[in-house]
Amino acid sequence: MNRLRTWFLAPARTLNFVFFLVPLAIILAYSLMSRGIYGGVEMPWTFESYQRLFDPLYGGILMRSFAISLLSTVLCLVLGYPLALFIARSGARRNLYLNLVMLPFWTSFLVRTYAWMFLLRDTGLINTVLLAMGVIREPLPLLYNDGAVVLGLVYGYLPFMVLPLYTTLERLDKSLFEAAADLGARPFVAFVQVMLPLSMPGIRAGSILVFISCIGAYLTPDLLGGSKTIMIGNVVQNQFTGARDWPFGAACSLVLMALVMILLKLFLRKGEDQLL
Amino acid sequence: MEAVLELRDVSKHYPGHRAVHRVSLAVEAGAFYSILGPSGCGKTSTLRMIAGFDEPTSGEILLRGNPIQNLRPYQRPINTVFQRYALFPHLTVRGNVEFGLKRRGETDYDAKVDEALEMVELTGKESRMPAQLSGGEQQRVALARSLVLTPEVLLLDEPLSALDPNLRKSVRLELKALQRRTGITFVFITHDQEEALSLSDRIAVMNKGEVEQIGTPHEIYLHPTTPFVAGFLGAVNWIDGGKAGVRPEATRIGRVAPEGDVRILQARVSHSVFLGNCVHVETVTALGGRIVAEVAADGYREGDAVYVWWRSADELRFGS
Repeated sequence: MNRLRTWFLAPARTLNFVFFLVPLAIILAYSLMSRGIYGGVEMPWTFESYQRLFDPLYGGILMRSFAISLLSTVLCLVLGYPLALFIARSGARRNLYLNLVMLPFWTSFLVRTYAWMFLLRDTGLINTVLLAMGVIREPLPLLYNDGAVVLGLVYGYLPFMVLPLYTTLERLDKSLFEAAADLGARPFVAFVQVMLPLSMPGIRAGSILVFISCIGAYLTPDLLGGSKTIMIGNVVQNQFTGARDWPFGAACSLVLMALVMILLKLFLRKGEDQLL
Repeated sequence: MEAVLELRDVSKHYPGHRAVHRVSLAVEAGAFYSILGPSGCGKTSTLRMIAGFDEPTSGEILLRGNPIQNLRPYQRPINTVFQRYALFPHLTVRGNVEFGLKRRGETDYDAKVDEALEMVELTGKESRMPAQLSGGEQQRVALARSLVLTPEVLLLDEPLSALDPNLRKSVRLELKALQRRTGITFVFITHDQEEALSLSDRIAVMNKGEVEQIGTPHEIYLHPTTPFVAGFLGAVNWIDGGKAGVRPEATRIGRVAPEGDVRILQARVSHSVFLGNCVHVETVTALGGRIVAEVAADGYREGDAVYVWWRSADELRFGS
């Protein structure tokens, strides 16, 4: 039995080692090396990249990334919870609705983000319609700001919130809410005292998925954000492309990873953190 | 006696399906009242309307004379013990039992909770989670959670069906004792005629959404008014083309015809079924009817020529 398990797990272990642990080790090594003139890395070993992270500039970007990600996660939760509940309670149609939630994944995220640009820009659909109707005189500044980034992130990652929430809510015994009402709980009290505590596993799973996706996002802030809306993902990306500073990019991504893991450790309950 | 709960012509109709049709019944204060019927007979739908989870299509539900059919479940002084208990899995035993008291805004409820837990013999298990309890213990938490609110009526939806059969009989006795001690009116939903007969002060027998008969256990067992009630409450030998019947325990069997005011049929033994405490001897009459007689000990073989008879007074007549 145990030998069988070893054999069946071997492919997964090999993949994890070659494509996760080894690259991680390479990133760690890069972060401790010097920057090459045309990109790449050179000797000698140095802690310089990590020291540069203490620059208030990067601290600010990090704080901003956390704030934008947190706001997006909360908005996903607020929008996703009623939707997940609706789907969980819609009987025979629930598969149809679930497929609709997943439908956007059928096209590329890049294309969908561009679509938002066409909707939001000064000559885009929303501004054109509002101008034509005479509601506004000047185009609204809908694109290239934090709001557009949050909108893009919420739009992109809402399914990651809805699906785990749906799974949790769908399994909840309906008679529990009848019991709550039977014992004198008004709908709101029943929601707070019974439904919310029992949906915490879905809330936690969905929030983690959305938050991690947001904190690493670079495409959405790059396309929808203004020049000021740089998130930590853009910093990392830029070091490997335009700035040609691989060691600093590697250091940034490692520190980000460490911070996210510490946060999750605090956020997850005992037992659940074995997922990490 | 005063009726605490009354249903007047209560119906629950769905498109193409009459779940409950014109049910009227009155439950006396302090009674153990059973609603008995096979699955799909509308008994659970009836309970859900009394609790307030479903609205009647028509009819009135009165609590101490006041219509309550438009009140929400949380506004009714009626509580429910659910079939699968529906304990809150994230709350301890104490958390479950004090849930309703907290909702009422009571603050000094610890003594009440202790008392309720003592009543169902769960003292010492206050801080357990429902998942750590046995089925019987979970059921007692469900009872305590409702009883602590001293409802006007306690609804019990097949509370014994989730327990294993060995436990069922002892819990049945405890349930009855609990009802007597608290004096709370119980409305007990069941498909088990033995449960209903042994526990109830009154029984309403339901079939296909309608009440067939209401009476004491004695009345509905010994004087059923419809063939359905007769057949649902126990075994029946159908006679006179189904217009009448007689219970196997009222049927006698012998090799010699008896004297006196009895109805006698000639029959042949087809086979016997040993039931532990008695034997059911099955016979076929000259006309092809099947008559079962209950005897203490089997002395018959297949093919034996016998007489079966019963007193006219023991016949169940339904009025054609």
